[in-house]
Amino acid sequence: MGLDSYIQLFFSGITIGSIYAMVALGFLIIYSSTGIINLAQGEFVMLGGMIAVTCYHTFHLPLLLTFVVTVLAVTAIGALFEFTCIHPLKNPSVLGLIMITIAASILMRGIAMFVWGKEEHGIPTFSGDNPIQVMGASVPPQVFWILGVIFTVLVILFYVFKYTLIGKAMRATAANRTAAYLVGINVRKIVLLSFALSAGLGGIAGVLLTPMTLMSFERGTPLALKGFCATVVGGLGNPAGTVIAGLLLGLIESFVTALISSHYKDVIALFILIVVLFIKPSGLFSKSEEAKLKKF
Amino acid sequence: MYARKFTVTVVMLALIIIVAVGCSKKEEKKAEALKPPIKIGAIFSVTGSAAKLGGPEKNTALMIQEQINAAGGVNGRQIELIIEDDQGVEENTVNALQKLIHSDNVVAIIGPTRSGNGIAAATICEEARVPLVSCAAAWVQLFTEKDVTKPMYKYVFKTPQNDSDCAVRIFEDCKAKGFTKVAIITGTTGFGDAGRTELKKRAPEYGITIVADETYPPDASDLTPSLTKIKAKKPQALINWSIVPAQGLIAGQAKQLKMTMQIYQSHGFGNKGYITEAAEGILFPAGRLLVTKDVDPSNVQYNVLTKFKSDYETKYGEEVSTFAGHAYDALWMIVNAIKAKDDTRDGIRDGLEATTNFIGTAGVFNMSPTDHCGLNADAFTMVVVKGGEFRLADAVK
Repeated sequence: MGLDSYIQLFFSGITIGSIYAMVALGFLIIYSSTGIINLAQGEFVMLGGMIAVTCYHTFHLPLLLTFVVTVLAVTAIGALFEFTCIHPLKNPSVLGLIMITIAASILMRGIAMFVWGKEEHGIPTFSGDNPIQVMGASVPPQVFWILGVIFTVLVILFYVFKYTLIGKAMRATAANRTAAYLVGINVRKIVLLSFALSAGLGGIAGVLLTPMTLMSFERGTPLALKGFCATVVGGLGNPAGTVIAGLLLGLIESFVTALISSHYKDVIALFILIVVLFIKPSGLFSKSEEAKLKKF
Repeated sequence: MYARKFTVTVVMLALIIIVAVGCSKKEEKKAEALKPPIKIGAIFSVTGSAAKLGGPEKNTALMIQEQINAAGGVNGRQIELIIEDDQGVEENTVNALQKLIHSDNVVAIIGPTRSGNGIAAATICEEARVPLVSCAAAWVQLFTEKDVTKPMYKYVFKTPQNDSDCAVRIFEDCKAKGFTKVAIITGTTGFGDAGRTELKKRAPEYGITIVADETYPPDASDLTPSLTKIKAKKPQALINWSIVPAQGLIAGQAKQLKMTMQIYQSHGFGNKGYITEAAEGILFPAGRLLVTKDVDPSNVQYNVLTKFKSDYETKYGEEVSTFAGHAYDALWMIVNAIKAKDDTRDGIRDGLEATTNFIGTAGVFNMSPTDHCGLNADAFTMVVVKGGEFRLADAVK
């Protein structure tokens, strides 16, 4: 294999990796504000894809509008989910909440199956199918869309968390709920917001991914699994680490497929996860002192 | 005391006789309908990753049940289908089988949809001595390794064409086009594995070298890494063998990588949902049902194909698929076996094995004690994707 093949593999890996990173960030945001792992995270991606299909094919919206409407719709679904399932609980246990997210994931999958049927659906790519030549590799334009949008989203997220009041409130809630509550932060609202934000991120990933790989009602779960791996490897609680871990996972999958064997793609990716957890249980990018303070 | 008892008894007897005589005329009329229905079990993957196959199979089975019962049933009894959904998961197949065999007491079973599940089902039905007509294609494990003419299973039959015949058809086509270097890429499912085995076994017979051998898991969506590896090996043709959704993506992703070689698919490709712009020119072996409109009216299957196609499409408003045909063949063969013998489990088994010259959708079936599929390579024809539809390759050359 020549250099062009390696470039090809790099782009393929970084594409799926950035999708994993988006899912992983969704996990992280909800974990930070509530301490639970939202196992319906993959379903937000699936809904993003499916709602985009409806907007585009049924309502004939232009692609840009489809994108906006879909992301807003999935954000609303995330908020609704928090409001109806998480919010009303008095003194919920973490385990109970996680069970609720599993139930929600099954429910969303079921509803999606009834609404969109069992087949795969697609939407056209954002700017045609003529691959762009990059050092001998043919890269679909959609890849640049995915990378561009996700990078933009990341920059905005980091800015919000670092410099805005609401972002600081979210970080404060993540650090210590009770203390945040005592200084006058509306913790309930922050939790609602974190669910909406996570869902929105999932929705964005879904709309971006669907033109490339189609979408069906059961696509969410494997994505959630890989995203969760990235969250753990990144060390729960470190956004930059999580993104890097997601990209790494995608790259590893891509290169393992081509260089070793496609038969072992998932095995090797998960094996690396286990190795990381053995060597550094707190994840690659977080301090072990921090990890001791966490529930998991 | 005694007198009273005697009187009561006499009155009771009289009443019973009167009622019995009164009813006897009605009884005769109702007897037909009161005969218990013949229970036939069916297991399809109505949901899950093989839903595109299982859905049409279920529709077909229900349609045929309706047709048979409307025409007065079989041997004067109605048939009752009990359909289970295994979601493509093998554990569910096993549970559904236990229910059908032991609590519903069905006389025969159709399905399952997927090959892996079919292999699991074969073992259970064999033990329980219940005839199973499988709609799944993989067949390799159903024969002893040493002697491929001796079925390992007495009670198991199948309706899809043989994988080996599919591989033969693909390689014949490669040979005719002068291809000697091919790449194969298969799904890691029972069907994909069986195909991979057949392709690797048959290639040397046609002077063909397999230069790349890749696989992907059922949920794979980005095949670019595998394709990149294949591209570097410069094969003249690419053979994909799977049922999972990825087979619909592969053409598009190959096109993006500027891979221009001929793409072949297996007989698992026979579903309109897989036709995309990029799929133009893909070749694959399939039963003639898919290309009914191109089939020559002189062909023995012509009438069966056209009738089934129009029945199905009027009823369900969707294009008929090869998989729907597998269910058609399976259910009709069981019904014919009941007509020919009786409706006991062993009777149906014997009847199925004695099936000769049954004109189905997949081909003309001739079962024997050593052949529980009954089809040969003639059941396949080469189909090409042209102008957004499936066409008979010979008809559009």
